[in-house]
Amino acid sequence: MRIGRLVLTWIALLVLLALTIASSFLPIGDWSQLINFVIAAAKAALILWIFMKMREETALVRLAAITSAVLLLVLGGMLAADYELRSPSPYVLTDASSVASRI
Amino acid sequence: MSRAGLHDARPEELAPLQTEAEAASYLGGDTSLRAWLTTTDHKRIGVLYLIAITCFFAIAAVAAALIRIELLTPQGDLLTAEGYNRAFTIHGIIMVWFFLIPSIPNVFGNFLIPLMIGARDLAFPRLNLASWYIFVFGGLFTLAAVIFGGVDTGWTFYTPLSSTYANGNVVLALAAVFIAGWSSILTGINFIVTIHKLRAPGMTWGRLPLFVWMHYATALILVLATPVLTVTLLLVAAERIFGLGIFNPALGGDPLLFQHLFWFYSHPAVYIMVLPAMGVVSELVPAAAHKKLFGYWFVACSGLAIALVGFLVWGHHMFVSGQSAFASTIFSFLSLIVAVPSAIKVYNWTATLYKGSIALDAPFLFAMGFIGLFVMGGLTGLMLALLAIDVHVHDTYFVVAHFHYIMVGGAVTAFLGAAHFWWPKMFGRMYNEAWGRTSAVLIFIGFNVTFFPQFLLGYMGMPRRYHVYPPEFQTLHVISTAGAGLLGLGYLLPLIYFLYSFRHGRPASANPWAATGLEWTVPSPPPEHNFEEPPVVIRAPYDYPLSHDSSLR
Amino acid sequence: MTIVRHEPFPDIARQREADRLGMAVFLASEAMLFGAVVMGLLALRSFEPASFAATSQRLNLVAGSVNTAVLLTSSLLVAIGAEARACDRQRLARWALGCAALLGLVFLAIKGSEYVQEYGEGLMPGAGPKQDFATPGARMFMDGYFVATALHALHVTIGVAMLAGCAWRLRGDDAPSTVAVENIGLYWHLVDIVWVFLFPVLYLSR
Repeated sequence: MRIGRLVLTWIALLVLLALTIASSFLPIGDWSQLINFVIAAAKAALILWIFMKMREETALVRLAAITSAVLLLVLGGMLAADYELRSPSPYVLTDASSVASRI
Repeated sequence: MSRAGLHDARPEELAPLQTEAEAASYLGGDTSLRAWLTTTDHKRIGVLYLIAITCFFAIAAVAAALIRIELLTPQGDLLTAEGYNRAFTIHGIIMVWFFLIPSIPNVFGNFLIPLMIGARDLAFPRLNLASWYIFVFGGLFTLAAVIFGGVDTGWTFYTPLSSTYANGNVVLALAAVFIAGWSSILTGINFIVTIHKLRAPGMTWGRLPLFVWMHYATALILVLATPVLTVTLLLVAAERIFGLGIFNPALGGDPLLFQHLFWFYSHPAVYIMVLPAMGVVSELVPAAAHKKLFGYWFVACSGLAIALVGFLVWGHHMFVSGQSAFASTIFSFLSLIVAVPSAIKVYNWTATLYKGSIALDAPFLFAMGFIGLFVMGGLTGLMLALLAIDVHVHDTYFVVAHFHYIMVGGAVTAFLGAAHFWWPKMFGRMYNEAWGRTSAVLIFIGFNVTFFPQFLLGYMGMPRRYHVYPPEFQTLHVISTAGAGLLGLGYLLPLIYFLYSFRHGRPASANPWAATGLEWTVPSPPPEHNFEEPPVVIRAPYDYPLSHDSSLR
Repeated sequence: MTIVRHEPFPDIARQREADRLGMAVFLASEAMLFGAVVMGLLALRSFEPASFAATSQRLNLVAGSVNTAVLLTSSLLVAIGAEARACDRQRLARWALGCAALLGLVFLAIKGSEYVQEYGEGLMPGAGPKQDFATPGARMFMDGYFVATALHALHVTIGVAMLAGCAWRLRGDDAPSTVAVENIGLYWHLVDIVWVFLFPVLYLSR
C-alpha cells in the first residue's frame, strides 16, 4: 500500500494552504489573487494526480478532467473580455453612483 | 427469428391484432403498465419518451396557434399583452426543453444506439429509466406553471424581469427546467459511456454510423453545458425568492452576467437540438441514394467541431446588450467559423446524393427538406453573426424566422424523417406511404409559407414578442398564419396514420429500406435483448449497394 | 471479493471501465456546475473590488482555514481507504472512510457555526436581527458566499452519506467493490477541489 506517497501529498497540500493564506496578507495588491489562483490550481493538480490517481487512469478519463477545465477557462476568458474591456457609454450620465458608471 | 429468452406466444395469448413478430419482440412479453413503467429496456424507454414529448409538443403547438391567431390582426384582440407574453413563453419553454432537446436523442438515440453499435442495452439502463422519470417530473412542474396561469418572461428568463419584476409562476418554470436539466445530464453520461465501452467486436470508431457519432457529440454538450444552466436558473430563483441582487442593476448587479451564463448553455443547447438531426439525415441520405456516404470522416469530425466551437460563440446573442465591442467582435468571428463544419456536412450529403438512385419515400423527402431548410436557416445565421446586420435585426422577426428554420425546418423535420424511417423497425409495421409523402410535402410547403414572410417582416422592422403591430405588416402576418394552419395539418397527419398503422399497417420486414446498419439485421420489432450473441462487424459503414438486404456480418 | 456482472456488459473488466468513465464524466459535469458558480463570484468581484475585498475580510478566516484543512485531511483518509479496499484490507478501509465521513460532518458543523455567526452579525441578506452591509457590493458578496457555500455544503452532505454508507457496507459480506469505493472517493475529491477554489475567492480576496 502506498500510504507514504498519500501522506506526503497531504503535507504538501497543507503547506500550500499555509502559503496561500500567508500570501493574502502581503501588501502586493491584485497579485495576491493571481498567486492564490495558481496555488489553488497546484493543489487541485495534486489532488487529481495523486489522490484521484489520474496518473493511472486511461487517457479518456484524463480527457474528461481536462475538458471541463478548458471550458471554464473559455467562459472566464470571455467574461473578462467583456467586463474588463467595456468602454463608457456616451449615452449615460456618469455620476458618483457606481451602478451608472458601469453600464 | 430470435427467441431472446421469451416464451413463444401461443395464439390465444396474442392480443387481438398483434402479430407474432410483435409478441416475440420487446413489445410483447410482460405488457402490463407496471412492466412498462419499471422497464430498463432502452427500447421501451424510447417509446415512453416518444409518448411524453408528443404530449408536450401538442401543448406548445396550442400556444403557437394562439400566437399566430392573435397576430392575424394588428390590434391585440385575442390576448392581452400579459397573456401574449405567457403564450410565447410557454411555447418556447416547452418546445426547447420538453420537445426539441429530448426528441431525437431520447427517443431515437435511446432506441437505436445500442442496436447500431451491437450492444444489448445502454451502459446504465436503470439510470436511463431514472432520466425518463426526472424528465416527466420536470414536465409536471411545467404543466403546473401552465395551469396556474403561466409565465411571461420569455423562454430566455432575462433578468431583472424574471428575477425581480415578473409576476407569475417564474419559480415553477425555473424548477421545471432545472429538473429537466438533470435528465439531460444523465442521458449524456449514459451515451458517452455506452459509445466508448459497449461497441461490438469490430465496431471501430471508423465503422460507427454517423447517427452514433452525432449523438456522441451531443452527449458531450449535454454533460458540459447543462450544469451551467442549472446554476444560472438556481441563481435566478434565489434572486427571486431571497432578493439576492446579483442580476439587478438597482442593487449593484449586472443583468449581463445572467445573459452570459444563460447563453453559455443555451447556445450549445441549439447544437444539442441540431446535431442529432444531422445524425438522422446522415443515415437517411445514404439510404435514400442507396450510395455510400461521401466523406465519412469529414462528417464525423465536423460534428465534433460543431460541439467544440459551439461553446465559443454564445455572445452573439448579446451584441446589443451592452457587451464590450471587443468581446462582440471575437464572438462574431467565431460565429462565422462555426458555420463551416455545418456547411461541410451539407456538401457531403449533397455529394452523396449526386448520381445516386434516389428513392422518394417519405423519410427521404423529409431528409431532403431538412437540407434545404437547414441551409436557409444556416445562411441567415451567418447574416446574424455579422455585427452590422444584427444591430438592425436583433429582436425582430428575422431572428424568429432564422431559428425556426433551424429548429422546425431542421430539427423537427429530421425528427419526422427519423420517425418514418425507423417506425417499421420500432413497431414492426409499415405506415401508409402515400400519406407519408403527403405530410412531408405539406409540411415543407406549410413551413415555408409560415416562416419565410417572417424574414421579410423582421427585416422591415417587426419586433418579436409583440402582439400589436403597425397595420402595414398585416398582410405578411396573415400569410404566415395561413402557413401555420397548413403546417399544423401536416403535423396532425402522421399522428393519425402512425396510430392507424398499429392495427392496420402492413407487417414490416427486418430491412424494408434495404439500408445498412446493425439495427436492420434484427427483426422488426427487435427482441428484448437485441442480439442473441454480439455481432462481429467486418464491413465498412454505408456499404452500399447491398447484395442482399440483411446480414451485414 | 467479486463484483456482479450486470447486463449489458459482456465482461467485468469492461463494466469496471464503464463505471469509472461514467463517474469521470459525471464529475466533469459537476466541475462545470461549480465552475459556473466561481465564474459568477469572479464577475461579482470585478463589479466592486473594494466592497468585495472588505466583506471578504469580515468572514471568519480561522473557520475557513480550519475547514480547508479538515477537507484536505478527509481527502487523504478517503485515498487511504480506497487504497486499503484495493488491497482487500476491509478493516482499514472501513475506518478510513468512516473517519473521512466524520471529518465531513466536522466541516458541516464549522460551516453551520459560521452561518450562525454571520446571521448574528447582520451579514445574512434578508435574515437576522440586523442587516449590516456597508454597500450594495457587500450584500452581493454575501449573496454569492451563501449560494456558493450552501451548494457546496449540499454536495458535502451527499458525500458524507455515501462515505458513511460505504463504510457501513464494508463491515459485512456485501462489501462494495474497489471500483465503487474509488468512484465515491473521486466524488469526495472533487468536492474537496471545489472548496480549494472557493476558499481563496471567498476568504482571501483582501
